[in-house]
Amino acid sequence: MARIDVRKTYKLYIGGAFPRSESGYSYEVTDNKGKFVANASLASRKDVRDAVVAARKAFGPWSSRTAYNRGQILYRIAEVMEDRRPQFEEAVRQSEGGSAALARGQVDAAVDRLVWYAGWADKLAQVIGNANPVAGPFFNHTAPEPTGVVGVLAPQESSLLGLVSVVAPVIVTGNTAVVVSSYARPLPAVTFSEVLATSDVPGGVVNILTGDAAALGPWLAAHMDVNAIDLCGVAGSPELATSLEVAAADNLKRVRRAPAAEPDWALDPGLSPMTAFVEQKTVWHPIGI
Amino acid sequence: MPTTAPTDPAPGLTAYSEVTASEASLRRFLHGLPGVDQVGAEARAAGLGTRSIKTTAKAWALDLAIRMVDLTTLEGQDTPGKVRALASKALRPDPADPSCPSVAAVCVYGDLVGEVKAIVGDQVNVAAVATAFPSGRASMAVKLADTRDAVAGGADEIDMVIDRGAFLAGHYLQVFEEIVATREACVRPDGSHAHLKVIFETGELQTYDNVRRASWLAMLAGADFIKTSTGKVQPAATLPVTLVMLEAVRDFREATGVQIGVKPAGGIRTAKDAIKYLVMVNEVAGDDWLDPDWFRFGASTLLNDLLMQRTKMTTGRYSGPDYFTLD
Repeated sequence: MARIDVRKTYKLYIGGAFPRSESGYSYEVTDNKGKFVANASLASRKDVRDAVVAARKAFGPWSSRTAYNRGQILYRIAEVMEDRRPQFEEAVRQSEGGSAALARGQVDAAVDRLVWYAGWADKLAQVIGNANPVAGPFFNHTAPEPTGVVGVLAPQESSLLGLVSVVAPVIVTGNTAVVVSSYARPLPAVTFSEVLATSDVPGGVVNILTGDAAALGPWLAAHMDVNAIDLCGVAGSPELATSLEVAAADNLKRVRRAPAAEPDWALDPGLSPMTAFVEQKTVWHPIGI
Repeated sequence: MPTTAPTDPAPGLTAYSEVTASEASLRRFLHGLPGVDQVGAEARAAGLGTRSIKTTAKAWALDLAIRMVDLTTLEGQDTPGKVRALASKALRPDPADPSCPSVAAVCVYGDLVGEVKAIVGDQVNVAAVATAFPSGRASMAVKLADTRDAVAGGADEIDMVIDRGAFLAGHYLQVFEEIVATREACVRPDGSHAHLKVIFETGELQTYDNVRRASWLAMLAGADFIKTSTGKVQPAATLPVTLVMLEAVRDFREATGVQIGVKPAGGIRTAKDAIKYLVMVNEVAGDDWLDPDWFRFGASTLLNDLLMQRTKMTTGRYSGPDYFTLD
């Protein structure tokens, strides 16, 4: 008798758990040739709400960990991803098409990118912070602090490298993230959430919703308990991006604006993905106390 | 809310005078009450919790829930300043929105009644916990003095605790007489009386049968409200416990014609929970109880969530805790 496959249910990742969408909806995910692959949960605005609550709850403990510890945890994510490379290669090739070698390159780059950001965890403050010379008997220094809960609309094209390249810089500095994955290519993001769940990342630090950035973006952008938003996922839709920026202005969210087109993720990202979501705190300190 | 004591006991209540005449008859009556089907009560409460309340009904329910809140602070660290801030919040829970109603009452320890009264005047009731709250472990003289103090201080409502030790030991008449005596201590010199809420601490009563017995005992003794918990013991208010108490007040009104209020307290933190309770009040006791005079929430953190949900309804976007006071 032929064995029946045990198929995976692709679910959301909220607060360290894998719930189905609150709405009960799911949608069909196809490979790049249009062939059915799986059903993914279609996140609703209430999943956004739940994810923000989870991210807010996780923010205090995560941001008060030492930078060194956060770096170690990011490095741990890279270790666990490395272990599951064949699975990621398969998922990336299925959703993005192209050769196996191309997919392997994407996965390698994603793991390397995590290691790169892990290294920055306890070095960013030295580079962008400062001891400021002032004309008075004071010691004055500036240091970066995490912004809070960051909404991330992940890139639509690059399903793994792009995702890692927008999530890692947000959490490495102590923020927590609510991520809306690529709509057409969500499966690598779901597998990535399984990696997060098994690599010492506290529940709620990263929450991954599979669904439509155009539908969920406005709720995330208008949410008064979200402190910043990365609009990368609506690159190429300037009108939508503008309306999200307007909604984000209500509580003075920091906005990382949508690029005109998705960037080449293989390039050196520079520091701006991290510096977009930190705030500089300057402290005046009387000398000698 | 009527604040004068009825001069004569309600006609339906006199039929029960024999029940409360002796320890033996009271025990016979309370143990003769039909038992609570635990699985059934929990399933019914869970089933009522699945009702979907949306749009205008939700807006109505949120406003009603705000009007039913007894905004509570019962900490050793309560300072006069903190209590005054809470009292101001009770008057105007959402300063950004004048259409937001006031809460029902502010619930504090007896010595802080004056602080609250100075802020809220007659616009919001002041409730004081008394009778050696929360344990109820003191002599009767001390408990009565505690109550008289709070009433003299201007409390509109007294939240008393029953002696759970005596109740669990089966000394029902002792508990009954304590409630009667406390009710007498609630009478003001002008003949009116402070409303008496009787706290059972259902988390310590062990069974739903005991909750039903305690409810009847307190109602026969003249409680104006029956209240689940002090908030100091886990579990505090739960839906099934409140269901049993709502059934008791419903049956009591059918039997005697006297309506008694219900107050779940402790553990109700979200607007969603509060709406579940309101659905249950409507389905079990009836819409006569959907009024701040007859149903209250003892809560502190609940109010902020109600306000956030209310803001979500009016602005169309999710609100956050940054925009409401920490208390």
